[in-house]
Amino acid sequence: MTTLLIPMIKRPLHPTGIWNWITTIDHKKIGLLYGATAFINFLIGGIEAILIRAQLSGSNADIITPEVYNQLFTMHGTTMIFLAIMPLSAAFFNYLIPLQIGARDVAFPRLNAFSYWVFLAGTIILHSSWLFGSAPNSGWFSYAPLTSVAYNPGHGMDFWIVGLQVLGIASLAASFNFIVTIINMRAPGMTLMRMPLFTWMTFITAILLVLAFPVITVALIELMFDRSFGTNFFFAPAGADPVLWQHLFWVFGHPEVYILILPAMGIVSEILPTFSKKPLFGYSTVILAGAIIAFMGWLVWSHHMFTVGLGPIPNSVFTITTMAIAIPTGIKIFNWIFTMWKGSITFSTPMLYAIGFIVTFTIGGISGVMHAMSSSDAQQQDTYFVVAHFHYVLFGGAMMGIFGGLYYWFPKFSGRMFSEKLGKVQFFLLFIGQNITFFPMHFVGMDGMPRRIYTYSGEMGWTALNALETSGSILVVISVLLFLHNIVKSWRSGEEAPGDPWDARTLEWSISSPPPEYNFEVIPEVHTVDEWWARKRGLLGEQSPSVGSNEKGEIHLPQPSFWPLVSAIGIFIGGYGLIYSYPVAIVGLVIMMVGVYSWSFEPVNDPD
Amino acid sequence: MAEATASNHESEHQTTTGLNHRKILMWVFLGSDCMFFATLIATYLVYKGKSLSGPMPLDVFSIPVTTVSTFVLLMSSMSMVLAYAALRKGSLKGYRTWILSTVILGSTFLGFQTFEFYEFANHHVHIDCINPVDLTDYEQGLFDKNCKDGVDHYDAQHGLTPKTNLFGTTFFVLTGLHGTHVTIGVIWLMSLFLYSFKKGGVTPERHLDTDLAALYWHFVDVVWIVIFAVVYLFGVFEGFPS
Amino acid sequence: MAMQNINKASDSTKVDTSHSEHPSAVTYFKVAVALCLLTGLEVVVFFFEWLSYGIIPVLAVLSVVKFALVIMFYMHLKYDHRLFSTLFLTGLFLAIGVIFALMALFGWFNAG
Ligand code: HEM
Ligand SMILES: [Cu+2]
Repeated sequence: MTTLLIPMIKRPLHPTGIWNWITTIDHKKIGLLYGATAFINFLIGGIEAILIRAQLSGSNADIITPEVYNQLFTMHGTTMIFLAIMPLSAAFFNYLIPLQIGARDVAFPRLNAFSYWVFLAGTIILHSSWLFGSAPNSGWFSYAPLTSVAYNPGHGMDFWIVGLQVLGIASLAASFNFIVTIINMRAPGMTLMRMPLFTWMTFITAILLVLAFPVITVALIELMFDRSFGTNFFFAPAGADPVLWQHLFWVFGHPEVYILILPAMGIVSEILPTFSKKPLFGYSTVILAGAIIAFMGWLVWSHHMFTVGLGPIPNSVFTITTMAIAIPTGIKIFNWIFTMWKGSITFSTPMLYAIGFIVTFTIGGISGVMHAMSSSDAQQQDTYFVVAHFHYVLFGGAMMGIFGGLYYWFPKFSGRMFSEKLGKVQFFLLFIGQNITFFPMHFVGMDGMPRRIYTYSGEMGWTALNALETSGSILVVISVLLFLHNIVKSWRSGEEAPGDPWDARTLEWSISSPPPEYNFEVIPEVHTVDEWWARKRGLLGEQSPSVGSNEKGEIHLPQPSFWPLVSAIGIFIGGYGLIYSYPVAIVGLVIMMVGVYSWSFEPVNDPD
Repeated sequence: MAEATASNHESEHQTTTGLNHRKILMWVFLGSDCMFFATLIATYLVYKGKSLSGPMPLDVFSIPVTTVSTFVLLMSSMSMVLAYAALRKGSLKGYRTWILSTVILGSTFLGFQTFEFYEFANHHVHIDCINPVDLTDYEQGLFDKNCKDGVDHYDAQHGLTPKTNLFGTTFFVLTGLHGTHVTIGVIWLMSLFLYSFKKGGVTPERHLDTDLAALYWHFVDVVWIVIFAVVYLFGVFEGFPS
Repeated sequence: MAMQNINKASDSTKVDTSHSEHPSAVTYFKVAVALCLLTGLEVVVFFFEWLSYGIIPVLAVLSVVKFALVIMFYMHLKYDHRLFSTLFLTGLFLAIGVIFALMALFGWFNAG
């Protein structure tokens, strides 16, 4: 089969124009594709959020119907978590990991392209549910039995199931790739304890991901079988316990929140030392704390289920483990603060974001510890208090970290400088807007306003605070638009960026901005943490700054390929097939098989 | 599969650990797959004994039959490891023999599984009402209901399908997904077998292609070792809720 | 621990094409015989009613031994780099932990 196909479809050795992007397996281009797609998703999720806020801006409003409201909050959460924050982090992994560890690409460049295309397929599948008339509507954790055919006819849930399943394939493939890359592609001398913090957090995130995603994969398979083939996994009349869904979801779900936050923590741990002109305080402690968080993240999942009625023993156990997880989190926060202590700080835009991250993330951590106590959580569960908590950690934490990272590495990505003035204005708008939006939620939540209701009566006394929240969200919108303006304009006509505009510390700054296709002319040799800083400051003594094994003349880069895209198209078609028609699913499967086989038999490099 | 040779130049010679990328990838994948099966097994165990109606494991399982199919799968693992050893020694003929025997044993296992599924789906209950012996709980229930006076025996079809009860649901999906893994393995090994007829397709230098397939194959085998004990043997053990 | 493993290996940039000594076909055969015997034993033990609940630990141990034999000898973990064991066992132990935690949460170990 493949021996026939390969000569038929010629390998794109020197593609141009758009084909250059479609067949690329360069980690930097894939990183940019990830970033652009995920940011568009972030905007779509933002539009959904604004519609939600509009509906809640006054009591008894009916700007949108309750049914659409349910779809909006479900798609907002799903989009932000799976289509925005995770892939934005993936954009950084892609672009930065090879640069930070002194490599020319990732371990499996074509698998990397495959991850992106499959992610795009999942994105389109999920969003397209709006066009097919029924978006999923059971919340981002979609509790059973609300998801059964009896209570949820139509295809909304099927889109959700298939969409997440496809995104799971993309995330798993990417994580396998980064684990191998980080273990096996480090430049000579870069031991684990000389790796940049961001690389470390990526490593831990990827490990969490490959262990957590299989759990949701199985849960989704079970749900799909219930819906499509009448099995009984979550069907109470047959004796099933729908709480099993909750357990499986949160066994995955809590590690997932660390998958969302650890990359941002890594970003902040890069920005703070650079702009404080000091090494990260307690480098190994920060790593250890990250590892402990990742491990303990497996021991706390039932804190999402305190009011289910698990009984006093599970509730107590999970209260204790949840409280304990605040300890390594706190350690990190103190390390960041001590990094700035007595540093010579430059308050540039990325630095403002890093500091903003510490502030808002800490507030989110504190409300987390408040409902870690199962008895007080009985008051908070399913109210706006929880909404406040997770927006502080996800928007104030993960997204602030990501924004900081986007500014910090923008010169590296684009070869241009952004407007610092606009950046600062944008930061303050976002910081203020976000606090106005989410802080009052603590109060209405404590006052009993349930989450996920589509309107409320004026007599509840929540109207003023809700109006305030909506006005805050408008500030956030303005600031995001300002960000886009800054980025687009600077990319076109910003001042040219030097290789190392921030006087930074890690290897990606030792090469030009943007980096050449092969990244490093000579593979660097690493002697210490913050290698680049040490070289600039002459801290390495007599040692020759770089001993390369490869001369520029013989750099072999992996070549572009169609097959990752073909395999992803198979998955894409197969996805719709699973929703609408099984024969189509088989067609998708066949296309995927053709892609995978051709890929397996295609050498990494063909002679030109 | 050709990735190995081609990437030898780039990757294997220069990796940090001196280990091959693809082999590390395979082990990470297997670690991850442990969580996949763990979730399925956990679902099975959580629902054990919670079915509201029969048939139950005791009604349908036949330990002797499953012992034979387990034996077949264990033998396929040995055959696989011998194929790999033959390749390392440079004997392409030995390689082909053993890998084909692995494919045959794997297919035999799948045949057993199909047979088993078919038998369960068509489970037939026969009760001698005059002289009932060794009735399972489920059969006892049928006996009480159907063996009124004058009836001398009860015969009926009581198939077990994924829809029948929680046992059927969890059993078929767990073993079915294991069977899917076996099927993928059979296709993979079959591809290697065919590829070995292409000149330079399978060579001792490119043993890694086979090594990875073998790791996957053995993993599927160890998962079955767990399923055999947890689902089958414990399934018919009277001490547990059935 | 894993950390040290990975670092240690990084000192040598040599290629590890042949992972050290490999067991011979005879060893593989012995393992196969052991696997069959253990499976036979499992079934035999199972039909001994007098063991009662004793079969639980016995069957558990027998299965674990089989599992270990396959991953150590057939999957070469005994001979290969420790990194591979670390990666696999991380997933395996977490998997076991999750199974037992869920069993506990659904009342498997409650008295009575
Ligand atoms: C100090 C650390 C943290 C503690 C003690 C903590 C504790 C909790 C608890 C007890 C809940 C359940 C509240 C309820 O539903 O009643 C919760 C919900 C949540 N947490 Fe945290 N948390 C912490 C950090 C984080 C981080 C870092 C993130 C993500 C980046 C996060 C994301 C979430 C999300 C998304 C939810 C709500 C899920 C939902 O119901 O939709 N948390 N947290
Ligand atoms: Cu949680």
